[in-house]
Amino acid sequence: MDKYESRSAVTGMGMSEVGRRLMRDPLALTFDACLAAIEDAGLTREDIDGVCTYPGTVGGAPGISGAAAWDVMDALRLDVKFFNSGLEQAGQLGSIAAAMLAVSAGLCRHVLCFRTVWEATYTQLQRTGKVRYSGGGGRMGGDQQWRIPYGAASAANWIALYCSRYMHEYGLTREQLGQIALNGRRNAALTDYAIYTEPMTLEDYLGARIVSTPFGLYDCDVPCDASVAFIISHIDTVKDSRRGTGVGFEAVGTGNHERVSWDQGDIRYEPGLLGAAQMMWSRTDLRHEDIDMLQLYDGFSFNALCWLERLGFCAEGEAGDFLEGGARIARDGELPLNTNGGQLSAGRLHGYGFLHEACVQLLGEAGARQLPNQPQTAIATSGGGVPGSAFLLRKL
Amino acid sequence: MKRPLPQLTDSNRFFWTAGEHGKLRFLRCTDCANLIHPPVPICGKCLSTRQEVVEVSGRATLAAFTVNHQMWIPSIEPPYIIALVEIEEQPDVRLTTNIVGCAESELVIGMPLAVEFEHYEDVYLPVFRPLGMGQRQPGEGA
Repeated sequence: MDKYESRSAVTGMGMSEVGRRLMRDPLALTFDACLAAIEDAGLTREDIDGVCTYPGTVGGAPGISGAAAWDVMDALRLDVKFFNSGLEQAGQLGSIAAAMLAVSAGLCRHVLCFRTVWEATYTQLQRTGKVRYSGGGGRMGGDQQWRIPYGAASAANWIALYCSRYMHEYGLTREQLGQIALNGRRNAALTDYAIYTEPMTLEDYLGARIVSTPFGLYDCDVPCDASVAFIISHIDTVKDSRRGTGVGFEAVGTGNHERVSWDQGDIRYEPGLLGAAQMMWSRTDLRHEDIDMLQLYDGFSFNALCWLERLGFCAEGEAGDFLEGGARIARDGELPLNTNGGQLSAGRLHGYGFLHEACVQLLGEAGARQLPNQPQTAIATSGGGVPGSAFLLRKL
Repeated sequence: MKRPLPQLTDSNRFFWTAGEHGKLRFLRCTDCANLIHPPVPICGKCLSTRQEVVEVSGRATLAAFTVNHQMWIPSIEPPYIIALVEIEEQPDVRLTTNIVGCAESELVIGMPLAVEFEHYEDVYLPVFRPLGMGQRQPGEGA
């Protein structure tokens, strides 16, 4: 198949410091990550001719968007042929697909992609009155009117509803679901930038305060401050990059064929995953047995479980058995999952962390947490209730 | 501090004020009778743009629930029950809502529910109570 995915590759990665309440300007985090990625690819800013990000300028909740495409284009004085941002993409990593399309279409040679969060600091600024909450006080419009008046104010509530339905249908237990959180915490102990690294037992997990049944605290990811950046380069340039190699895109799924809704679709699963998963598999001859590791979006533990099933790594309703005991998804198991600790323990890098971890593992640059059997392939996903995306990656 | 309420518009007023008459209302496609929710000026099944507002029975089925323990909104004190309910006339139409008059331990997915309304300013929030668990007493709630 002649496909757009084969015309580009990741040639550079960058990550700012990651932390809770760093109290740094999110633009500073962004420039740290972006400049690191450019250098990592062996490029200078004059080489960058495209910028893509998620979500760009947003109202209401600026903690989730620490920098917009225009901020970076202007501050770094970039001369670009293509740029875009927005919430309405196939998950956070939809911005990577946009960059790949721009390269594939011949518009760009090297697209800078980034994702900056500063939720921990922003919340602290709100608490101390240094910024005023801009979303409160008024009446609710748009999609929020259907949930917020009922106190269903968080994705924790909306996704807990799916999880409760899934447990009812398939008998999933909290002990089984908790394996995703426990696995993440074990892996995070080896991750230099992870937020939560202290050991966690099943008793700790089950005994944590309940947020929204069946979710306890450790089913929910941890907001943080960080920026992650990538360089998406034309495949012809990879040999001239700093490494002389990179991470290739075998297949990308950006499709959606479900209701774009928190409550009108299939309520057994987080919505917006199936179309992406099916489209990814339709664009490759690789099959499940060819996949060496999974970096699956885990804004909540249940999100990762949904990806496991929607990607077909276990049959419908069988994820509980698949996760039982946690050995299968451990770093020395048959299908290592979220080897940096995921968003549950490493921090909410919001989609970009999964691609970053896949890249450093595939390139053999994961340091203390490098998987013992050098992985050649990986799946990284993004989403979280909005229509998502799935990336099948392989080392070039 | 008041509960966050929907902004009433010409598109949603019929829904959020239906409780004034004690009835739950939805948009219905005039051509194929599909109930349309959330309100949008086209039918997703047949693409007709002819639609009307109809009353439904107010009966529903409990499809999923979560007991929220974290305070998100200062005026809404936890714990409280958030649910997805499926409308009797067309179960693929769901509401995210609250269950009232029922303890967490009494909730069973699939149980029948009936609508009632909580009145705030010009808004009547549809909430649901398990059938057979008694009606709201004067002065209770809201």
